[in-house]
Amino acid sequence: MLGESCYGLSTLPTLPDLPVTIYLPIAELPVNIFTLLALGIAVGFISGMFGVGGGFLMTPLLIFLGVPPAVAVASVSTHMAASSFSGTLTYLRRRMVDVRLGLMLLAGGLTGTLAGVVAFMLLRRHGQLDLVIAVTYIVMLGTIGSLMVAESLRALLREWRGEKTNVKRPGAHPWFLRMPFKMRFRQSRIYVSVIPVVVIGFAIGFLGALMGIGGGFILVPALIYLLRVPTLTSIATSLMLTLVTMTAAILMHAVLNQTVDAVLGLVLMVGGTIGAQFGARAGQAMPAEKLRLLLGLLVLAVGLRVAVDQIVTPADFYAVSIDEAAR
Amino acid sequence: MKRLAAPLLLLALALAGGDARGAELVLSLSKARVTITSNFTGDTIVLFGVIAPGEAATPARPQDVIVTVRGPSESFTTWRKERFLGLWVNADSRSFLAAPSYLAVLANRDPALIAGSEMLRQEQVGLDNNRLLQRIGSDYADVVPQDPFRQAFLRVKQAQGLYFERPAGVEFIAPNVFRATIPLPGTAPIGPYEVVVKTFADGALMSRGALRLEVAKIDFEQTVATTAQDHPWLYGLATALMALGVGFIANLAFRRD
Repeated sequence: MLGESCYGLSTLPTLPDLPVTIYLPIAELPVNIFTLLALGIAVGFISGMFGVGGGFLMTPLLIFLGVPPAVAVASVSTHMAASSFSGTLTYLRRRMVDVRLGLMLLAGGLTGTLAGVVAFMLLRRHGQLDLVIAVTYIVMLGTIGSLMVAESLRALLREWRGEKTNVKRPGAHPWFLRMPFKMRFRQSRIYVSVIPVVVIGFAIGFLGALMGIGGGFILVPALIYLLRVPTLTSIATSLMLTLVTMTAAILMHAVLNQTVDAVLGLVLMVGGTIGAQFGARAGQAMPAEKLRLLLGLLVLAVGLRVAVDQIVTPADFYAVSIDEAAR
Repeated sequence: MKRLAAPLLLLALALAGGDARGAELVLSLSKARVTITSNFTGDTIVLFGVIAPGEAATPARPQDVIVTVRGPSESFTTWRKERFLGLWVNADSRSFLAAPSYLAVLANRDPALIAGSEMLRQEQVGLDNNRLLQRIGSDYADVVPQDPFRQAFLRVKQAQGLYFERPAGVEFIAPNVFRATIPLPGTAPIGPYEVVVKTFADGALMSRGALRLEVAKIDFEQTVATTAQDHPWLYGLATALMALGVGFIANLAFRRD
């Protein structure tokens, strides 16, 4: 996947008389400004609606436009920081963010990120990074997507039949929530052990570093299904976590790789924050079951897309990538 | 107006005859520096050349011109995919060291008709003859043009519009004056370019000349790029603050309650 190179920019329509193209100073190529804005709005809408960062959608789309993968990954983090900040503020005002839960997740998440970066380096040394990334994507997205779709369909079916939705029973927690070091997360209305919380944070950080994503689309279902946090609180808390990790990512990429394109980021974030506002409202107006069904379908679709890319015989067996180290 | 001035000047030079005899080949670019600003979508550079009148093309002894433009060198990796447990994964790779990031070959007719294959290889004329150093294990070498990795590399570069051959890219506007149009795509890499002109007659190399062409970012684009390079912490903090600022403004602007 990382080996895929940049095609197709020459096919973008260019009108010389109108300032529709903008030159990206770090990516070093011109792109259609409206294509970028539309991309930002669309992905921002989705990220505001489901509380996901949107990186797993935006990064491949930018690479498809011809942006070098390293620049795409780094610049998307600015867009995600902006739209998650905007979303977090909205949810904070509605008192839906569980700051305590977020901080506990973050503690595990930062350790996990470090472990993920080390694993990334080891796998790259053995030349198997691409395979591991592709398989992880397919397995993670496929499993989470299927589980979410199945669960939300069951919930919708129950509602349609007029059955009463099962009320959360106290004491019916699975074993891992009954472990020691219990803590009360008032906003999430749960009283659980911190061990699974930190472990989930660690897993998200690890997978995020390995797969180059914020991890929101894994975190939201994990909070809903494993910790039984209410859907909207899960989304709000996930947005807060995305905000912290992505702001750290901007600094890391800027200092270590110099691959953050501020112009690209600005256009994306202007579109993204507008989209996120509408997305957040659409998300609150929709029943939680339908929201979960939609997110499940989206996750499943991206997983299928990756699987198809890996399984279908490619048109060209060869790909060329620029060695960043040589620059 | 500026574009017209160059050929007129050269034409005058050519007609002056004797004065130009000292230099075998007189070359001039319509501009030696391509500046990239925010609305850059590519550019076209015109090369004018005058062959010494003594060697001017005659029906009996036609002159041929081959122009090669090479962009700044970069290292590339070409990957070959293979099926592994039903998945297509990058199985094998070759490193291309210091290959030109842009390579244009322009001629007045098919280079194969201009000179013999040995001469073309020696002079690195054409994509197949341009030296592309590969690292194969611990060895450094160029390989035969039929090498699948080499062919794949050229194919991908051509698909990106950065490598191309134009057998009719050079045009004679007088028996000893020629013109070549060099298209630079919007994705043209930044840095120094080398324009090499070789003239042939009867399959023998007659003269050669070279010019430099610079593709550079200016103004805002350059400020952004150099700040990112020289002050990464400042750049990162500024970008992060910009992101938070945009998020905050959007949140205020769309606040309903």
